[in-house]
Amino acid sequence: MTGEELLFWSLAPLTVLAALGILFVKKAVHSAILLAFVMIALAVFYIAQEAPFLGIVQIVVYTGAVMMLFLFILMLVGIDSSDSLKENLKGLRPVAITTSLAFAAVLVSLISRAELGRPSVGLGNANANGNVEGLAALIFNDYVWAFEVISALLITAALGSMVLAHTQKSPQARLTQRVRSAARFRAPSLATAAGLPNSGVYARHNAVDVPALLPDGTPTELSITTVLNKRGDVQETTSYSLDSLPKVDEEGKK
Amino acid sequence: MNPTNYLYLSAILFSIGAVGVVVRRNAIVLFMCIELMLNAANLAFVTFARINGNLDGQVVAFFTMVVAACEVVIGLAIIVTIYRSRRSASVDDASLLSR
Repeated sequence: MTGEELLFWSLAPLTVLAALGILFVKKAVHSAILLAFVMIALAVFYIAQEAPFLGIVQIVVYTGAVMMLFLFILMLVGIDSSDSLKENLKGLRPVAITTSLAFAAVLVSLISRAELGRPSVGLGNANANGNVEGLAALIFNDYVWAFEVISALLITAALGSMVLAHTQKSPQARLTQRVRSAARFRAPSLATAAGLPNSGVYARHNAVDVPALLPDGTPTELSITTVLNKRGDVQETTSYSLDSLPKVDEEGKK
Repeated sequence: MNPTNYLYLSAILFSIGAVGVVVRRNAIVLFMCIELMLNAANLAFVTFARINGNLDGQVVAFFTMVVAACEVVIGLAIIVTIYRSRRSASVDDASLLSR
């Protein structure tokens, strides 16, 4: 068994398993990690197939840029975003699986029946001056027009994503610090004039999602940012409230 | 080693990606499956370049990567825009035209 066979037969089953995992795991983050594994495995296959430049580009562009973009968007959309497993179209899943199995069978049988009539050439001649040099000669001579069009496409995509993701700032965000400070002191109550209370229970828990306790031991909603409140990410506070703590003088009696 | 094994792997990965596009409902996972299909096609290109002994297949695979990067950027921007207005990244929720 040659080195390449060993590499292929140890990595290819793992790649297929990871690709299947993308289908079956529920959380989108896990799919992203599995996809990153598939991409790295493909980069290894590229390098094994005498395409070192593409292998490096695969790692830099896919596992570096594209997967980070995916994870970034997942953070934005909500790390917990998972699929609903209920089918909206009846019978879609069995039909899809059967069709793709049939498609895979057709492809595999086609590949196994196809004959080239000669053994595979290998890239020894084409890579004689180095893989990068050979690719550069092709890209900047034969494919230079396609290369220019692709660069125009990249610029258009960058501009397009900026236009799509752009939002107007809300007018409230444009208020200056001075205006907001004056508004605090003109409010009906002066209770929050010095700022809202900090989150966290002093000396027990100081995470941002735990409401602070007032002097009488009750938790206060004001200490949590409204964003966390809306997302429902606030910790349950009764376990932190002072009632469950042993009183100082009771401890002294023991 | 016979390079056709890589072609089998590429066919299998492509089919898995195709199932994912149809079956999964989360728009981001759906995009990942499209990426998987594009990568499978790339693997086939690189393998054919090796079988035929010239670098044209690798050039095409390189161009595919660039196009895939563009597609991801635009697609994710669209997902973010939809998420902002609907608070959901499920493709089933974006069905205004059917009502």
